Amino acid sequence: MTVSQVSFGSHEPVLEVKDLTVKYVGDTRSTTAVDRVSFSIGTGEIFGLAGESGCGKSTIANSIMRLLKNPAKIAGGSILFGGKDVLAMSPEELRRFRWQDVAMVFQSAMNSLNPVLTIGEQITDIYTTHAGYSRKESLRRAAELLELVRIDPVRLRSYPHQLSGGMRQRAVIAMAVALKPSLLILDEPTTALDVVVQQEIMAQIKELQHELGFSVLFITHDMSLMVELSHRMAVMYGGRIVETAKASDIHASPQHPYTQALMGAFPPLTGPRVPLTGLADGVKFRNIPDLAEVSPGHFVAPVGADTAGAAGGPVLEGASR
Amino acid sequence: MSATTLGAATPVAGTTRPALEIRGLSKTFPIGGLFSRKAVRALHQVDLSLGRGEIVALVGESGSGKSTLARCVARLEKPSSGEILLDGVDVLKRDRFQASRAYRSQLQMVFQDPFGSLNPAHRIEHFLRRSLAIHGKAGSAAETQQRLEELMATVGLQPDMLNSYPHELSGGQRQRVAIARALAVEPQVILADEPTSMLDVSVRIGILNLMRKLRDEQGISMLYITHDLASARYLADRTAVMFAGELVEEGESLDLLANPAHPYTQLLVSAVPDPARSGSYDPVRRAELRAAVMMPASCAFDGDPEQPCSAEQPVRHRVGSPENRHWVRCHLYRPAAGSAGHALVESKVS
Repeated sequence: MTVSQVSFGSHEPVLEVKDLTVKYVGDTRSTTAVDRVSFSIGTGEIFGLAGESGCGKSTIANSIMRLLKNPAKIAGGSILFGGKDVLAMSPEELRRFRWQDVAMVFQSAMNSLNPVLTIGEQITDIYTTHAGYSRKESLRRAAELLELVRIDPVRLRSYPHQLSGGMRQRAVIAMAVALKPSLLILDEPTTALDVVVQQEIMAQIKELQHELGFSVLFITHDMSLMVELSHRMAVMYGGRIVETAKASDIHASPQHPYTQALMGAFPPLTGPRVPLTGLADGVKFRNIPDLAEVSPGHFVAPVGADTAGAAGGPVLEGASR
Repeated sequence: MSATTLGAATPVAGTTRPALEIRGLSKTFPIGGLFSRKAVRALHQVDLSLGRGEIVALVGESGSGKSTLARCVARLEKPSSGEILLDGVDVLKRDRFQASRAYRSQLQMVFQDPFGSLNPAHRIEHFLRRSLAIHGKAGSAAETQQRLEELMATVGLQPDMLNSYPHELSGGQRQRVAIARALAVEPQVILADEPTSMLDVSVRIGILNLMRKLRDEQGISMLYITHDLASARYLADRTAVMFAGELVEEGESLDLLANPAHPYTQLLVSAVPDPARSGSYDPVRRAELRAAVMMPASCAFDGDPEQPCSAEQPVRHRVGSPENRHWVRCHLYRPAAGSAGHALVESKVS
């Protein structure tokens, strides 16, 4: 069994990413943002992609949507959606693929609403453009959609600034699922929101997912949130996946030191106060090898001799106290 | 004032008076046009004390007023009323218009954004040297150099980084420089406003561990302002919860998070993602808590022998045993109109 074949349940994978490599090409040098990344997402599965800023997780999301712009280039690998090659799609196929098959909620998407159009105009626009419904039919469906995320349909006449941040974010999520896509990509959907609102939105996404049965690619750096929501997850570092397994397995026994550091960054809310360890400043993992299976469904990149703390210090710090 | 200073009435063991004491601090911001008489109440009658060598966390959601409190204490904002006592001296009376150098030498700040708080045109050495020079701590060239290296070692940085520019450092390293700059002055109190929220998650705990080390080894008191309850629990001796510009609950951190007494604290605690209790979200309970926060009907501490309930006065009830210094504001208290609007009020939808 290879990494890209493992998925939640025995369903056909909705999305298969194999050896995806993305480079940002400059005049004199190029940077590999995503390096031979493979994973798959099953039907109705919530797959989490964790990692810090700059690790390539958003680049992956943009690759799947084919939204990469120059100087980013997909240098290798394949992305299959329901067996179809996403990288070979024509512009017309892409137009249908986006939003109808795969929808994406961007980071701070609540600020991506058009401030001079009402919520209603923006939602009906999806239906008239992508589904070809009449205006009247579109409006009726837009009202249904808002009810789905528990926003009063009178808000169709509101402008974005008249809604709270949480409501705007809910409206954006409603818009994303308007055409019942089979995959929803959530790129840090709650980063700018307070915890109370965050939890309600996550609960809502779970509920929608249950109702509509789509798969989710969930991107965040908040490990607690990710473990709570995802079925399976992968941890990225420097464009490579360093560990992937069932979310509960990673939570119970993170194997890679980087995963351990990420887990340790979120102190628990119960139990005694134990000193936690963070990644020492300046620690770099280089030449991360391919994943190896350590237990069924749990893949970890072996830690090589290339890994060292600053000036040969330890990888994890803080335990000494 | 006596009814509202339960927190300050019992000082930390082994100390005489708190390092920093905030009494009845209020701040209103005018809104509307030039002739408008409307105002938003960002802070109302906040009492908070910070013992020597103690870390107190101030938690709350965005808009709760916690940063306004920090800005008032840092003297970046002029409070509308109240007292700020540093080492027993009311600094608002002593330096009326802005912070004096003496005040800055006792109280230093660490800001949220280490990318914005270090001038990119200067080497790291410059920031530390300047702190020493301004506050008259610079000795001979050799002494100063030794002190710089000491400071770098204290915050866990290599001395050769003194010659680096900020852009050569990672976010965590920059925040350590910001902390070293604060330490150069040898302050009694450090005010840290969300010091880790802009940092990569894997280095956050390192900064928290450093803050803890400074408390333990140098006895520096800290006011740690955060929205992250889990890190407050990890770092702070005591935690105070702020809602709509007022403190609603305060107590020993572990006790407060284990036994939150105010519905707003319960709401916050229940919303923190915790892998240990996956899928714990209960919309019915959530609606009850919201109602209890916004439209209180009863108080769990009705019949408190020390403090009778009151809807007009912010009465503090004691929770649990006295050594936890855990109090909660009477649930029935409803502040008069004019307080800051809040996200909870707006999102009644779910």
